[in-house]
Amino acid sequence: MTALTDPPKEGFRLSMLLNDTRYRSYTFQFIALLALIAAFSYLGYNLVQNLAAAGLNISYKFLGEPAGYDINQRLIEYTSQSSHWRASIVGILNTLLVAVTACFLATVIGVIVGVLRLSKNWLVNKLMSVYVEIFRNVPVLIWILIIMAVFVAILPQPREFRGDNAEASMLFDLFAFTGRGFYLPKPIFTAGWAAGSTGWLVIIGLLIASFFGARAVSKRASAIQEATGDRPVTWYTTLAIWFLPLIAACIVMGLSWDIPALKGFNFKGGIYARNSFIALTFALSIYTAAFIAENVRAGILAISKGQTEAAASLGLRPNRIMSLVVLPQALRVIIPPLISQYLNITKNSSLAIAVGYMDVTGTLGGITLNQTGRAIETVLLLMAFYLVISLSISAVMNVYNNSVKLKER
Amino acid sequence: MSDNNLSFVRTEMLPEQAPPLTASGPLKWLKENLFDGVFNSILTIVALYFVWQIVTGAFPWFWNGVWTTSSLAECREVLNGATGGCFSVLTERWNQLMFGFKYPVTEYWRPTIAFLLLFVAAAPVLFFKLPRKLLIFTAVYPFIAFWLIWGGTILVPIMIAVGFVAGYMVFTRLEAQSFAMGLGGAVIAAVLIWSLQGYLTRPLSGVLALDPVPSRDMGGFMLNFILGVVCVSLSLPLGIVLALGRQSSMPIIKWICVVFIEFIRGVPLITLLFVANVVLAYFLPPGTNFDLILRVIIMITMFSSAYIAEVIRGGLAALPKGQYEAADSLGLDYAQSMRLIILPQALKISIPGIVNVAVGLFKDTTLVSVISMFDLVGMIRGPILASTAWNGVYWELWGAAILLFFPICYGISQYSQWLERQLATGHR
Repeated sequence: MTALTDPPKEGFRLSMLLNDTRYRSYTFQFIALLALIAAFSYLGYNLVQNLAAAGLNISYKFLGEPAGYDINQRLIEYTSQSSHWRASIVGILNTLLVAVTACFLATVIGVIVGVLRLSKNWLVNKLMSVYVEIFRNVPVLIWILIIMAVFVAILPQPREFRGDNAEASMLFDLFAFTGRGFYLPKPIFTAGWAAGSTGWLVIIGLLIASFFGARAVSKRASAIQEATGDRPVTWYTTLAIWFLPLIAACIVMGLSWDIPALKGFNFKGGIYARNSFIALTFALSIYTAAFIAENVRAGILAISKGQTEAAASLGLRPNRIMSLVVLPQALRVIIPPLISQYLNITKNSSLAIAVGYMDVTGTLGGITLNQTGRAIETVLLLMAFYLVISLSISAVMNVYNNSVKLKER
Repeated sequence: MSDNNLSFVRTEMLPEQAPPLTASGPLKWLKENLFDGVFNSILTIVALYFVWQIVTGAFPWFWNGVWTTSSLAECREVLNGATGGCFSVLTERWNQLMFGFKYPVTEYWRPTIAFLLLFVAAAPVLFFKLPRKLLIFTAVYPFIAFWLIWGGTILVPIMIAVGFVAGYMVFTRLEAQSFAMGLGGAVIAAVLIWSLQGYLTRPLSGVLALDPVPSRDMGGFMLNFILGVVCVSLSLPLGIVLALGRQSSMPIIKWICVVFIEFIRGVPLITLLFVANVVLAYFLPPGTNFDLILRVIIMITMFSSAYIAEVIRGGLAALPKGQYEAADSLGLDYAQSMRLIILPQALKISIPGIVNVAVGLFKDTTLVSVISMFDLVGMIRGPILASTAWNGVYWELWGAAILLFFPICYGISQYSQWLERQLATGHR
């Protein structure tokens, strides 16, 4: 038996799908899903029709075929007989090379400029503001093209290094800066067993070991400081840990330098960094450095003055205040935008195509696309590559953000 | 004279002495701001040297500049070995830099007027203190600009506007029943009018007609401007929808928006332009062939809408939760609470961010030169630097490009900072 006060029991009616907020969201989602499926099947249907009309199909077999074009700057072995896949890998490595170099340079320049913008020196302060504003407000493509043009126009050509009264000369007889690119001495290992990449692997292994060694030293110093209040002086141990094994390894493996020399009309030997690489890296770094400088400035300004004063009243010296109080807090503000600037550098490095640097957009999205006519496949691969890079960088950023987040209680 | 008068305490004040020379006036300023300590002095001297180098390098270049020759060779003859800029490339090719090399010369007045009217149209949006009635002109402006730049009969933009008006009227009628119904009705009414407008405009194509200019003839700085303005205005509503979708509690809609936004933000604009250039045609019905500029507008709009959506999402997240709850407690439904309570505040917070996206987008419009469209950068790299007359005039042309972009972008970012100060109504 039901009481009179019981609410009336309603069955499910169709109109509730539109009018009842409990069920309406299902209607909307269903409609959205239908619309999405309809849109995709429409596009897919068109794609199939167009491909059939053009006698094409979607296939990635072309990646295994010989590329048939040359790539003038490469980090790994590549000939024109290598496959398109190999060409893409060369392009990817070139992209990463530009991105990493430019990130490093941009951070260095950006931090210096950002700190100088806070300087009390009026002239320096204004000069840095001018730099930041000019570079931020002009398209990066224009900067890349300008720097490329300036580079080719101002630096001497290799032929000007010839003859006894040459117009140009090498710096210390080691470095040659020409309009075609920079020629730098290249370290090589003469000991038979260390030739090629083995020597470099040894060096990298030693560096990693030194890193952990140095960390152990600093941890031990901290432990002693905790226990006794005195921090032992560690800088010479650290220095020794970093450099002694390295020097020893270089001696054992017979380090010598391959110095670039003028042969005929061009330089031979050494490391050759093409002008397009240098121009692109440099342009990306100084463009992004302007943004990074603003982030750094904002980060330092975000730390309230009370923090500095409190640290001073505890008796810390100015450099300790900077390293123990201000910087750790400022970094929390600076690093997230900094990482998204790194992301921008990586994405902007695709502008390499404008100066003819063979990054992945130039090989896979440029010549491979034009030669094979496989537009859909190549562009999809290209997007997938950039997407993987972006998503992994943002994953790293999220981990970092969570680790430095203010612990609220 | 008696001894009583002798006093050893001074009875009158001494006149104030001028402060030492180094503690006042310009010298003090110099000491405090430029030569405060050894390190600062070194910095100042280095900076001064740097400025001196630039000034002495650039001054003769400007001063001896040649403005009236018709080729680089002639200019070098006039200069006769002296340092000087060949600015005559700018005077000779100015129209090409502005309008591209295909836009009919006799019609240059049309984009110029459209450009000038843009300021009138943008003013009430940018400055809240101007009379609100000016917004009517802002609403009419897109149709005027379309008519001026692309030409053709004025009936086409009028009919498109009529479609919008009809949609709005249907919306106000049906809104009382439900927001979704009003929106659906409005879309149907507008699409109906747009699909029928051809029957009216085709026979009457001579009414107030300007010479039609196809969009592949657009070029130069005008193209950058068209792309920038069109894409920002189109991506704003799209960005709002995406941001709301991402905040939505409905999982399917939320994930569609998240995937779209993250995908677009993860790839460089160039790859999207490649899509517009070579891939998009595969996904359209066979036989359709709309021109490159439209495809590029679609892709750039998608690109910037993802970024604007993220900015607006920040604005939505910054609103205190009480605002949402207050709207609910008033009994407003989702559409009403968004339109009346949430969005006005969230958009206000996000305006500076949106302006920054707009500046970035305007700069990024130069990327279309990579897919061989002739915007400002494309014109400089292509027809001008490749011509025999001006092969090798880098500094002057790129300097002009900087001078065209810098004031606009700098002005907009200064505006956004000013606006941020205006909007800072928080308690500080």
